[in-house]
Amino acid sequence: MSCLSLDTLSVTLRGRQVLGDISLEIGAGELVGLIGPNGAGKTTLLRAALGLIPATGHSSLAAMAPEARARAAAWMPQAREIAWPVTVEALITLGRTPHLGFGQSPAPDDLARVDEVIGDLDLAALRHRRATNLSGGEQARVLLARALVQDTPLIMADEPIAGLDPAHQITTMRHFADLADSGRSVLVSLHDLGLAVRHCTRLLLLDQGRIVADGRPDAVLTQARLAETFGITAHLARTAQGPVFQPLDVVR
Amino acid sequence: MTRLFAALGFGVAALFVLSLFIGPAGLTLGNSLHALFGLSDGPEGLIMQEIRLPRALLAVMVGLSLGMAGAAMQGYLRNPLAEPGLIGVSGAAALGAVLSIQTGLSAMAPLALPLAALAGALTGVLLILALAGPRGTSLTLILAGIAMSSMAAALTSLVLNLSPNPFAANEIVFWMMGSLADRAFVHVWLALPFMVVGWALLTSLGRGLDALTLGEDAAQTMGIRLGRLRLMLILGTASVVGAATAVAGAIGFVGLVVPHLLRGAVGARPSRLIWASALGGAAMVLAADIAVRLILPERDLKLGVLTALVGAPLFLHLVYKTRREMG
Repeated sequence: MSCLSLDTLSVTLRGRQVLGDISLEIGAGELVGLIGPNGAGKTTLLRAALGLIPATGHSSLAAMAPEARARAAAWMPQAREIAWPVTVEALITLGRTPHLGFGQSPAPDDLARVDEVIGDLDLAALRHRRATNLSGGEQARVLLARALVQDTPLIMADEPIAGLDPAHQITTMRHFADLADSGRSVLVSLHDLGLAVRHCTRLLLLDQGRIVADGRPDAVLTQARLAETFGITAHLARTAQGPVFQPLDVVR
Repeated sequence: MTRLFAALGFGVAALFVLSLFIGPAGLTLGNSLHALFGLSDGPEGLIMQEIRLPRALLAVMVGLSLGMAGAAMQGYLRNPLAEPGLIGVSGAAALGAVLSIQTGLSAMAPLALPLAALAGALTGVLLILALAGPRGTSLTLILAGIAMSSMAAALTSLVLNLSPNPFAANEIVFWMMGSLADRAFVHVWLALPFMVVGWALLTSLGRGLDALTLGEDAAQTMGIRLGRLRLMLILGTASVVGAATAVAGAIGFVGLVVPHLLRGAVGARPSRLIWASALGGAAMVLAADIAVRLILPERDLKLGVLTALVGAPLFLHLVYKTRREMG
């Protein structure tokens, strides 16, 4: 089953094409890492796929009505916006919004789902704190919980692990991998290629608004491509503890 | 939460009753009660039913409107400094009223002034919709609102500037200070339909405003139609603020201070704040309208002057508190 299908999706901003002819399918059970240098168009691709910015071409999500889309994909933006000092619990419960009927408040089922995700993401200690008083990394985890609670077949997140400590980076990626194992799909943009190689089932390499490689992590991260798109050399090795990726130097 | 709403509801009810028993006529409690329910003929019945009751009702209606619109506006713009006057509709309504005073229309027909104010509000809301309508963003709404408020204020000043008639100018200045004195039931019936529509629109925004806590992108992907939400916010705010300005003049600070005061008590959730702030606004306007009759009763202290006098220091205190929390 396809969670997301894009066909020649293009975005032009102020006369400049920032995203060109993106076509791809994301099926069930995939953990897809979207990688690429700064300004490659990762955020634009994700937002255009969701229909948040005008684009040409086709996106299965953008074509849906907002209510249907909210049950098909959850989105965690990069900007960690929390306008009001609501409690962590109240903030996470907002993720149940698409599942509530008109004028209905969250039912016991919804609250049980919130409890479950709070447990999964190790947020019990923060539960009654005000979300605005948390550290940046804590806020990122809370906002991720909000997206997970939405219970959608596809979760899209823009740099969800930026600013997290190493342990939480790993547990977050593992959590995504568990979701993929359970048949849901995850599309995340990230800069940490080491984590991408270890956890993602598939990588999309974006450069100057175009997908230049799409496939298994070790097939995508070849020395030639790393030099061309990122301008770096790196060491990629298969070890007994899984693949290891270490950037070494810049080539330009 | 229930206790907060019960306390606010009780406060509004108590102030409403108190408001009925205060006035220059100096009726006794028993007389007032008899008169209120039409059990006495003579001036007492007239005073209670035709003067004090509409005045108290208008205070509740105007307060509900301003508090609710303030909470909704702050929720939508995600900014605690937003207030209902921001979209410029109150300025446009005031301009309509000022023109009716200047041209002498208001002296000819008793309802000419509020009707002119409503016409001003309608013109204002059409302009705002043209500028920040279906395709606008929150930023275009703010900018269009500022442009409109400035324009309306400039035109109002121009009218005063060119006014050949010092009495009209005097009347304009006093009207703009905002008051609920000498209003009648006809004002209640004039404002009520607009306000009911506005209340219905604004109270339906709760879920969308809650979702907006996480930003526009997150709210949209949680199924909120932002264009529709903005349209309902503009129309709802314009209806209640236009009607409030038409019957009471400009009453500032209620829509700014009340949501700010109550935010902590409702866990900062915009959906609850709309209701709490509506009750809080009603209590504040009722209290202020009682105060203007108790302090300097013979000098006709204006309601808008008092709300600003009380509101501004309260606001300064809140700013001080926020600064301390942040620092």
